[in-house]
Amino acid sequence: MAQKVIEPETRKLVCNKCQQEMAMAEVSATYLGANFEIELMKCPSCGLVYVPDSLATGKMEQLELSLEDK
Amino acid sequence: MLMDRQRVRDRENQCIQEQPPTCTATCPIHVDARGMIDSIRKQDFSAAFAIFNRFVPYPRIISRICDHPCQGECRRNEVGGTIQINALERAAVDYSTKRAGGVTFSSRKSQRIAVVGSGLSSLTVAYDLASKGFQVVLFEAADRLAGHLRELGEDRLPQQAIDDDLAVLKDLSIEVRLNARVGEGAGAAASLSALTEEFDAVYLGVGPDGAAAFAHELALNEDGRIAIDSLTFATSNPKVFAGGSQRYAPAAFSPITSMYDGRYAVLSIERLFQKASLSANREQQGAYQTKLFTSLKGIAPAGAILMAAPEQGYSREEAIAEAERCIHCECLECVKVCEYLAAYKSYPKRYIRDLYNNYSIVLGMHLANKLLNSCAMCGLCGTVCPEKLDMGDYIREVRQATVEINKMPPSVHAFALRDMEFSTGEQFTLARHQPGHDASSYVFYPGCQLSASSPGQVFQIYGHLQQKLEGGVGLMLGCCGAPADWSGRENLFKETIAAVQKQWQGLGSPRVITACSSCYRAFKNFSPAMPIESLWTVLDQVGLPASATPRAARTVAIHDACATRHDNGVQDSVRHLLEKLGVQVAELEDNRSLTTCCGYGGLMSFGNAEVAQKVIDRRIHESEADYLTYCAMCRDNFAGKGKRSYHLLDLICGSGEDDPARKGPGYSQRHENRAKLKTRLLREVWGENVADEKEPFELIITPEVAQLMEKRMIMVEDMRKVIAHAESTDEKILDTTTGRFLAAFRPVSVTYWVEYSVEGTKIVAYDVYSHRMEVS
Ligand code: SF4
Ligand code: SF4
Ligand code: SF4
Ligand SMILES: [Zn+2]
Repeated sequence: MAQKVIEPETRKLVCNKCQQEMAMAEVSATYLGANFEIELMKCPSCGLVYVPDSLATGKMEQLELSLEDK
Repeated sequence: MLMDRQRVRDRENQCIQEQPPTCTATCPIHVDARGMIDSIRKQDFSAAFAIFNRFVPYPRIISRICDHPCQGECRRNEVGGTIQINALERAAVDYSTKRAGGVTFSSRKSQRIAVVGSGLSSLTVAYDLASKGFQVVLFEAADRLAGHLRELGEDRLPQQAIDDDLAVLKDLSIEVRLNARVGEGAGAAASLSALTEEFDAVYLGVGPDGAAAFAHELALNEDGRIAIDSLTFATSNPKVFAGGSQRYAPAAFSPITSMYDGRYAVLSIERLFQKASLSANREQQGAYQTKLFTSLKGIAPAGAILMAAPEQGYSREEAIAEAERCIHCECLECVKVCEYLAAYKSYPKRYIRDLYNNYSIVLGMHLANKLLNSCAMCGLCGTVCPEKLDMGDYIREVRQATVEINKMPPSVHAFALRDMEFSTGEQFTLARHQPGHDASSYVFYPGCQLSASSPGQVFQIYGHLQQKLEGGVGLMLGCCGAPADWSGRENLFKETIAAVQKQWQGLGSPRVITACSSCYRAFKNFSPAMPIESLWTVLDQVGLPASATPRAARTVAIHDACATRHDNGVQDSVRHLLEKLGVQVAELEDNRSLTTCCGYGGLMSFGNAEVAQKVIDRRIHESEADYLTYCAMCRDNFAGKGKRSYHLLDLICGSGEDDPARKGPGYSQRHENRAKLKTRLLREVWGENVADEKEPFELIITPEVAQLMEKRMIMVEDMRKVIAHAESTDEKILDTTTGRFLAAFRPVSVTYWVEYSVEGTKIVAYDVYSHRMEVS
């Protein structure tokens, strides 16, 4: 299953380890065997991904709950 | 254990909510009087008429002359007087704006049936068969139909009403032959044997004196009437059926009995055509005793509404007022007392099926998962149900089976199970003999929740028990496994109980004294070898500590714990102790075996926080008095919603942990309290040198963040792990606008995020959240 979720990010975020500015990139999210493509802030060097509070406690949580009922 | 369909069905059938009310069960043709009256109450006379007409093919006739056996059994009779059901039927007919219920046609069938006579039984046979698609020819000896009915008198049954009802014969294309006497001799239109030749079946509705004409062809009974089987309406000729007043004479004419005869003779005729057994499955034919239970509690007596003009029947308004007296007989005893059962707007019979379907569905959404995980498993329903159906028991089975097939939503119980893991782990469990003893006659088992809510009281009471009891009082800290039981983790629960048993045996199998009702119930039901006593019973016997001071000036209302709703002894002990403490007690109406859950049982608050809130709300508003509980979770839940509540130990210990308005500790604090209780006991009771767990950094948690932690169920230890991981690996994100760090860590199946800043040696947290999805 693939579904696109886009979460705009306005803050300037820097990966502390690589000292690289993070940028929007396609990342994959997995839960209970289902896969999703999401646009999230990601470190271009080490791949560290940022999941904002609003996503985790909003759309992502809804998605988790509906997958749990599958 | 996987679920067995038959067992589920048996449970479904245990719920009698769908059994008919007495009016319907007593009516020979089972008119849905309750449904019809409901419609009148809603002022919808057309809907009422449609319901009535669905059962009664000749509504104008029956609504005026029915001998209404239903009314004799109406439950309203016990509180003011029977509902005037027949008069309401007439009102439905008179005030309906739709004149006929509409005839529905089935596909046309080839069989032809001769119906002899045009009384109510014959007319019903003709109607029922024709509307099922059979071809009907009606033979009437006179020159008009329904002669007997026409003689009842204009004020009892107007000719117009008869004519209006009989118009349906034409709609159904029933062939009517007037002046067509069936029988022997000159002038007869046909003999019975000719009819049996020509037709596939014959029905005789020939009135009380009509047997003579058939004496040569049909067997007669000793009264000289046609011998008719009272169940199947069969005569000695397999193609011939008979009923009506010919059958039940010399009893007086009963319109509804005649209609009943016709209706069930038709059933036999159909079975004849299908070559099926005539007599099978007729248990609920005619009047029978319903199993429906209806409580009359709280129903104010009210007598029948009188008619201003009896010859006109009820006026609209009178009919509505009379309909309002109907108590809409049904059971729902469990739904009345349980917010969970009420929340889903149905009743156990349906829930049981829905839950089974939810369990057995292979593809698609499990829409009833929430229904599954919202029950408190408190046993109240089983206590009030006239059939003793306990939804909690069933819910346990379904949860267990759902876990077994791996379909339990992972997030629902995860947090509660983690909390339990803490309480069964190294940081809390303990099993010791009393210092200076190498054996124990008793062991005190305070339970994990009291230890989390009021660790000081546990410490104090343990000291008191050591003083008062001989032979050594050991101590065991741990968890009985109730959360595993509630969440359907059958194996985990068994393992947990087994571990407790092993520790207990290690202490020489002493008598167990527990302060927690859930532990009491768990051990009693699932570890019967352990002799268990409640702390309250023991304190009642050995006496209270000196610190016990009668201070509660106000009267308290006792909220009994749901886990011990059937343990009268425990409940009595609590009351004795309160008496000794000099506390005035007001009993709640729903006390002892009728007590409710506090919202914690069955992990209800994790499965459905809204319903858990309703449960608490309903309970705390039952009395103005401060509540007195003897379960830590009950107290914390009530106090959490602003209800002043004591734990019994608050009054007994008088230690300072006893303000009835205090909120219970948060999740993280509960862990800490348990761990600290163990350390304190080891140090102060057993004199051990236990090093303090030193936290590697100071973490500042603002009240806002603390609130988020409770709401999002995140523990301080999770936050510390995130920060420690970020600081040691440098895997963290700098938000350049705020200068704060954003970091995540996933210990097992949940990713935790913390937004924080480093202030010298201290860490300040600003936000915390989690998700289960894995992102990369
Ligand atoms: S009170 Fe209403 S539902 Fe109950 S028996 Fe009487 S008419 Fe029927
Ligand atoms: S919450 Fe209690 S009363 Fe309600 S269904 Fe469950 S066990 Fe029965
Ligand atoms: S109390 Fe509830 S479960 Fe029991 S018969 Fe009545 S409706 Fe059904
Ligand atoms: Zn990086």
